[in-house]
Amino acid sequence: MSYRSARRRASAHQYPVYREPTGPLLEVIDLETHFRTERGIVRAVDGVSFSLDRGRTLGIVGESGSGKTILSRSIMGLLPRRNVTRHGQVIFQDRDLTALSEAELREVRGAEISMIFQDPMTSLNPVVRIGRQITESLRHHLGVDKEEAKDTAVGLLRSVGIPKPERRFDEYPHQLSGGMRQRVIIAIALACGPKLLLADEPTTALDVTVQAQILDLLATQQRDRYMAMILVTHDLGVVAGRTDEIAVMYAGKIVEKAPTTVLFKDMKMPYTEALVQSIPRVTNSSHTRLRAIPGRPPDLVNPIPGCRFAPRCPYAQERCWVDEPPLMEGVNPGHTYACWFPVGTTEGRAALERNQQQGKPAPPAAALERKGA
Amino acid sequence: MAGSGTAHLRDGADPLLRVEHLVVEFPAGVGRKVHAVSDVSFDVVEGETLGLVGESGCGKSTTGRAVVQIPRPTSGSVVFDGRDLTKLHHEELRRIRPQIQMIFQDPISSLNPRRRVTDIVAEPLVVWGRGKSAEREVKVREAFEAVGLDYDSASGRRPHQFSGGQCQRISIARALMLDPKLLICDEPVSALDVSVQAQILNLLEDMKERYGLTMVFIAHDLAVVKNVSDRIAVMYLGKICEVASADDLYRSPRHPYTNALLQSIPVPDPEVPPAGENLALSGELPSPIDPPSGCRFRTRCPRAQARCAEEEPIIREIDPTHFVACHFPVMEEAGEGAGSAGGRLFGAQAGSSAADEGSAGAASDGPASEGAASAEAASAEGDSGVAVDPAAPPYSAA
Amino acid sequence: MHDPAPERPAGIAGPSDALAPSATMVGGGSPSVELEPELLGSELAPDAEFETARRGLGFGFWLSVGWLTVIVLLAVLADILPLEDPNATFVGAPGLGPGLHHLLGTDELGRDLLSRVIFGSRVSLIVGFTSIAVGMLIGGSIGLAAGYFRGKIDAIVTGLANILLAFPALVLALAIVTFMGPSLFHVTLAISILAIGPLTLLVRGSTIVFSQREFVVAARLLGAKSWRVVYREILANVLPGAMSLGLIAVAVAIVAEGALSFLGVSVRTPTASWGNMIAEGRIVMVQHPLITLWPAALMFLTVLALNFAGDRLRAYFDVREGAL
Repeated sequence: MSYRSARRRASAHQYPVYREPTGPLLEVIDLETHFRTERGIVRAVDGVSFSLDRGRTLGIVGESGSGKTILSRSIMGLLPRRNVTRHGQVIFQDRDLTALSEAELREVRGAEISMIFQDPMTSLNPVVRIGRQITESLRHHLGVDKEEAKDTAVGLLRSVGIPKPERRFDEYPHQLSGGMRQRVIIAIALACGPKLLLADEPTTALDVTVQAQILDLLATQQRDRYMAMILVTHDLGVVAGRTDEIAVMYAGKIVEKAPTTVLFKDMKMPYTEALVQSIPRVTNSSHTRLRAIPGRPPDLVNPIPGCRFAPRCPYAQERCWVDEPPLMEGVNPGHTYACWFPVGTTEGRAALERNQQQGKPAPPAAALERKGA
Repeated sequence: MAGSGTAHLRDGADPLLRVEHLVVEFPAGVGRKVHAVSDVSFDVVEGETLGLVGESGCGKSTTGRAVVQIPRPTSGSVVFDGRDLTKLHHEELRRIRPQIQMIFQDPISSLNPRRRVTDIVAEPLVVWGRGKSAEREVKVREAFEAVGLDYDSASGRRPHQFSGGQCQRISIARALMLDPKLLICDEPVSALDVSVQAQILNLLEDMKERYGLTMVFIAHDLAVVKNVSDRIAVMYLGKICEVASADDLYRSPRHPYTNALLQSIPVPDPEVPPAGENLALSGELPSPIDPPSGCRFRTRCPRAQARCAEEEPIIREIDPTHFVACHFPVMEEAGEGAGSAGGRLFGAQAGSSAADEGSAGAASDGPASEGAASAEAASAEGDSGVAVDPAAPPYSAA
Repeated sequence: MHDPAPERPAGIAGPSDALAPSATMVGGGSPSVELEPELLGSELAPDAEFETARRGLGFGFWLSVGWLTVIVLLAVLADILPLEDPNATFVGAPGLGPGLHHLLGTDELGRDLLSRVIFGSRVSLIVGFTSIAVGMLIGGSIGLAAGYFRGKIDAIVTGLANILLAFPALVLALAIVTFMGPSLFHVTLAISILAIGPLTLLVRGSTIVFSQREFVVAARLLGAKSWRVVYREILANVLPGAMSLGLIAVAVAIVAEGALSFLGVSVRTPTASWGNMIAEGRIVMVQHPLITLWPAALMFLTVLALNFAGDRLRAYFDVREGAL
């Protein structure tokens, strides 16, 4: 797609962004990532735009298959070379990352943008000492000497909460617990003082207790270093207290985006509502029926016309099956959503009631209950 | 915390499963051993769900495996339906196996990748020679429908063609084919997305009702465990710290470790600040090869005293449904420790919790058609009804 | 099941991951919503990487299989093919080069080289495949039992296999054959014994891996007897990997037979084998290099094809495992 049409489409979304004088740190404009497979083209990321300022945290939330992981990999340029097409722009500090060569990208990755992956074991090289895994990147990107690199590395290990960092420096990854390994990965990611940290499901493989520790650590580091951070997860509970803004993804598109407090207080997209409701809460009395989302994430090869959430949506009306809702602006600044019958509005309530009276389209929980009974 | 003792075992009732003084140790090199489970006792009465909760490495999964005798425990007794499984011979044990089934964490590893899913679900019937192949197909078809899968489109396919959630449904179908009395669920949803997790938890509840199951539900997420359990046992480093009814445990956690677990649960509400470094559990799980003396939790416990290192706390009764193994249990009136720890949960969440319970009640009690409408309204009101300070920075806790 | 281009389920029609049948969903459900999204979403990147490996075994694999097929067919049909008697001397002038009458020429005794390499391949193939089949049967069964039951059986089996491996293989084979007398049967026997050790350890290793998987525990929980668990759950998973490594083992066995032949302790002359043909040709190598070249080239290509095919198959099954 040409630059001009990208601009036009981006401006058509009209998402209001708070801009610092220098402009946003990261601006993703109409990003599309498509995979060619035997079944056809998989539209894993299908026209995503957002921007992120320095020192802010963005949460990207969605089920598996929503394209959230592919989105973060597309931003980093970490995609398989074969059978992939990527359109749109990823502007990082006024440079379009999609136009950079692999060598130039390597300089940006690690030094200015770092990434943390889900599985702490596979992200570390099992036969290389922890210390060297940190100093390698320091020496490569910052060109410091061996001694200095070691001092910095030990300091980093200490700052991510690893006890006795001097001793850990000479150990191998298998000698650490899962939580400690994730701390080491964070230390590696932070080594060169990145301006943007991309954390892709950083705590999914960990215990709840360790999850809390790691998320706290990420938050502290992000604040202290005035980094921007993107937190990708399937669990809205994880991002609730720890992000400034949340983008909810469904079927390769952002379907709702809002400042975190607004999103939880005044969600408009039925999908967001369903995601929140499916979380089990300790505050529920035991044997409370959970409100699961029925059905499965949609097919990304042959997307249906209209709203892609319609088949699973308790609010869906005829129009939803025909017209695809664009991103519309909400009342609150910075709130955009794609829905014809938003939650909490008169139209939404009427749509839900209409569906219930007609009996055929039941809301998620009720549908499940009837079947279960 | 971590303590031995059997005060929490119910003598009056006739439990379906009664585990006493269970010990599981594994060799770890010369002269050393891993103390995976050390003197754990619990019982489960018929129709009840017992939740076993704790961090990885606390021995909860090993306990589950020891109940089914794979591998056999080092010592202790596992009395199921009046028979001590640890004393049974190989063939006697095999005959009793169909009555105790298990569901595992990894849905894909639970199914043989080289067999068709319909064969996998039919396998229990084949093993026990029940029915002719036509009758088997009818039963398998029923089982598929019970767990919400379409038999015709699933037949002939192999596990890797299904999603994690679907594989877990297939595992559940297989486990239920022989009409077991006891179902042990070992982290059945921790590998799944939140949205799929809810489906599977609901399904397990349905199956429990439909087949009259008794369940042992093992997980590290207290929110998940609480949702399905009647009674919860909290484990730490091979010992049980606290046993209570699910609602009691949440309402008034007595053990400092339970408290820490409760605080770690992420709350899907930005108004509730994360617990922060000072409140969440700090430090690492000690090695089970060389566990701390006395109370095993003392190395990470904010309330630990000298006594905790010398004397192991024994499980004792706090009230008739609540048992704790701690020298200095958290009491609500005890101020400082408990106050600050419980504050986040009891204060900030109270508003949303009331609304949530209201909405959940409406959805499950009322007829589906109107129930959900009022639920939507209730939850919308509830969410906005929480004390709000829109200007609050996201990290106000720290 | 191992179709090179595994078809994605075109629709787990109906309820899929929901309890509610799609008919009760809003609008009656569109036909395209029940596909396999997990595989297309977050897991797609690694999936796409595997795509080429998975799509097929590659041209080289099929070329190897083609070569092996030709060799096996020639060996099997040697008797009915219009070939000279391989042992008849002076069917042509000695030391002829390739020509119309004798496609590959003749050796120093005037025997037809084409006929001799084809009949000679029988020895290599029989010894190679039979000894590995025997080794696989015995070693595989022992390895399965040791890997599944562990404990004492495992300790004994591993110990014995290691002792067997510690003997210098060729010396051991030489000793066996010299002691029992050179013959096709004894060579096969000697190489079978040599094969048991490594094949036992190979099967044991992969049995241990699969025994720890949850589906094996699940089968035991159902009350399945041990033989059924091993046969139904483990064997089918161990077999593909063992078979592909077995092909590579066949290549090793063929080389071993060649070496024994070369040393004159395999089949006796005049019966041709690739090894003894090379040994005979060696004397006149300067004048007639082709006499050694033909059997050597055939052996080289056959061993290469076996190795390549085995290696490709192994990678293929590994990827399948990884993608599962």
